[in-house]
Amino acid sequence: MLKNRIIPCLDVKNGRVVKGINFVDLKDAGDPVEQAKIYSDGGADEICFLDITASNENRDTIYDVVEKTSKKCFVPLTVGGGVRNVEDINKLLNCGADKVSINTAAVENSKVVLDSSKKFGSQCIVVAIDAKKNGDRWEVFTHGGRNNSGIDAIKYAKQMEENGAGELLVTSMDRDGTQVGYDIDLMYQISCKVNIPVIASGGVGSLDHLVDGIKLGNASAVLAASIFHYGKHSVKEAKEYLDSKGIPVRI
Amino acid sequence: MNVTIVDYNSGNISSVINSFKEVAKDKVNIEVTSDLSKIKSSDKVVLPGQGSFKSCVDALKKIDGLTDTLDEFAITNKKPLLGICVGLQMFADIGYEETETKGLGWISGKVSKIDNQNGKFKLPHIGWNQINIIKDSKIFKDIESNSHMYFVHSYEFVPNDKNVISATTDYSSNIVCSIEKENIFGTQFHPEKSDKIGLKMINNFINL
Repeated sequence: MLKNRIIPCLDVKNGRVVKGINFVDLKDAGDPVEQAKIYSDGGADEICFLDITASNENRDTIYDVVEKTSKKCFVPLTVGGGVRNVEDINKLLNCGADKVSINTAAVENSKVVLDSSKKFGSQCIVVAIDAKKNGDRWEVFTHGGRNNSGIDAIKYAKQMEENGAGELLVTSMDRDGTQVGYDIDLMYQISCKVNIPVIASGGVGSLDHLVDGIKLGNASAVLAASIFHYGKHSVKEAKEYLDSKGIPVRI
Repeated sequence: MNVTIVDYNSGNISSVINSFKEVAKDKVNIEVTSDLSKIKSSDKVVLPGQGSFKSCVDALKKIDGLTDTLDEFAITNKKPLLGICVGLQMFADIGYEETETKGLGWISGKVSKIDNQNGKFKLPHIGWNQINIIKDSKIFKDIESNSHMYFVHSYEFVPNDKNVISATTDYSSNIVCSIEKENIFGTQFHPEKSDKIGLKMINNFINL
C-alpha cells in the first residue's frame, strides 16, 4: 500500500537555515546539511529546501547546500525558491536535487513547466501554488506571496497538470505561518480536480493538522516547517501519531 | 572491482552516483561513463533511467555502439547488470510511453501505462510503498518482504514469463517492481532514494 508522506521543509537563506531545529547536540544550528540529515535519520519521507535568498549574488549558495545534502541523505530531496528557467532546474538536478519546485516562473511562463517536464521527466517537476482566498475563489500569488496574479488557483492547478507537472505543492497564503491548520477546502478542491499527487502546505501547528490534511484535504503528502522546528515535534512522533489515526505511513 | 554507472544523458543520475559511492566507500571503484571499453571491462553495470521510455531508448541509441556493448555485457558474457526505473523498463521488447518504441528485448514483455481505474488512483505512483518479495533474489539478501521502497513512475513493466518477477507492489493493481533473470536485475523503485534499505540493496548488488 502506498504511504502518505511527511515532508519537513527547511527555509534556507544565503546557504543557512533561517528557522532551524533547536537541538542541543547540533554542532551548527544553521547548517542545512546537518538539519536535513537529522530529518532523514528521523524518518522523513522527503526533504524540502525552500531557498529564500533575496539577492542574486548569493543565489549560488543553494547549489552547494544541495550538493552536500545529497551526499548524506538518501531520501528524495526537493528544492524550490528562485527557480526561473530550465537551466536553473538543470543545475539543481545536477547538484543532486531529485525534484525541483517552480512557483513564480510557472505563472509567468507556463512553457517552463512544459519544457522542463519534457526534458527531465514529470517525476522531478513540482509546481508550487501559493493561493489566497478572494471572495468565493482562490487566486494564485507570486514572488513569495507579494503579487496577486488574479489567476484562479483551481483552474491553474488543472492547467499545470496538463503542462506536465508531476506533483503540486499547494500553500495557503491565508494560513501560512498562522499554525491554525491547512486550508482544507483549498486542498480538497484541488486534489479532487487533478489526477496528480497534491502536497498540502501552510498553517500546520499541531499533529492533528497533518491528519486533517490527509483525511479531509485528500492530500498525498503533508509538508510542514515550524512544528518540526525547535523540537516541538519530531518526524517520528508525527508518523506515530498519523499511524495511530489509521493513516498509512512508513515507520 | 569496477562498477560502471552508464551515463547516457538519461536525465538526473547524481543520486544514483552518490548512493553507489556511499556504499562502495573505498573498496569498490565506481565509474560513471559512456565509454564503451570501460563498460566492457567493468565487473558490474548499472543502467539508470529517468524521463520517458522513448527518451531513454533514444538516448542509449545516440551513443554509437552502446546497445551492442550492453548486449555483449549482459547477454553474451552474462555479467551482472542492474536496471533502475526506466533502466529496468528498457529490458522489455516494447514500450508505449509517448509512442510505440522498441526496447532492448532482453526480457520478453511490454511497458504500458498503469491502470489508474478511471482516475481513482493518482499517477504518477509517487512515494513509499511496500514490496512483496516473491522470489529469493540475491539483491534482497537480508531485506524483508514488506520493506518500504521509494517509487515514482506512471508506467509498468509486464513480463511475459512471470518467473522473472522477484517482487511486486500493490497500488491500483499488483505492479511488478523487481525482476531477476540469471545475471540481469532490475528495480522499478529507486534504491538510491530508499534510505537505509535501498542502500542495503545496492550493497547486495555490489557484493554479488
